[in-house]
Amino acid sequence: MKIILNNRPEEFHADTHTVDDLLRVRNMTFRMRIVKINGVLIDRDKYASTYISEGDDVQVIYLMSGG
Amino acid sequence: MLFGEIKKRLSSFRVGIAGAGGLGSNCAQALVRSGVGTLVIADFDIVEERNLNRQFFFLDQTGMKKVDALKVNLDRIGSGSVIIVHDVTLTREIIPGIFAGCDVIVEAFDRSDMKLLLIETVTREMPGIPVVAASGLAGWGGNETITSRKIDKTLYVVGDESNEVSDELPPLAPRVGIVACMEANLVLEILLNSKNGQG
Repeated sequence: MKIILNNRPEEFHADTHTVDDLLRVRNMTFRMRIVKINGVLIDRDKYASTYISEGDDVQVIYLMSGG
Repeated sequence: MLFGEIKKRLSSFRVGIAGAGGLGSNCAQALVRSGVGTLVIADFDIVEERNLNRQFFFLDQTGMKKVDALKVNLDRIGSGSVIIVHDVTLTREIIPGIFAGCDVIVEAFDRSDMKLLLIETVTREMPGIPVVAASGLAGWGGNETITSRKIDKTLYVVGDESNEVSDELPPLAPRVGIVACMEANLVLEILLNSKNGQG
């Protein structure tokens, strides 16, 4: 599948991925993050049951401490 | 647009600022100088001497509540902005009430768990209200690494999205100020581009 990940086109071997799969495959391990798919905020407890598919716009935003 | 016209348009808006530390105090200063009509600022903290390396406070204000000291400093600018302050710890329960009526909300916390809480709560409980958040401002240098990213219509992120503060990488006035002013700059962009111009 082809998706947009953080504003950049990306291709994956699988036809679909859960949010958990995507974070694992891309080694996005930082815990303080926001995940949005097509502008919709995904609850942290739904990462294993939410699927990403062809054409989705996925944003993974890391929130670094400091202010 | 002439500055008078900009000020007139901005005077009808209300902007929420979650946190009155390095980001919040400096962002507020820029918004007040630009003529934003009303700021709603919330923080629970007290001004300490160690804050003075980057925050818009002064030595004789140590020990004061940050929101009280900030209101004094912002009122001294004399731009006519109305400054509403709340001396509270923001929680999921009170965020929608505190920031009710705000046209944009600035995430200006220090801790990442609070940043997460603010973004999640506004996105869920106040749909359609844009959040301007900051992520990654520790240390010094690297101007070219600081960016501004529109995630979607209701979320914008400013910062390098990479450097966390630590003992070896403390928050310092220039980078914190840059990110705070970039947040303010985005707020102006959102407000001046908005069609209805309602406060």
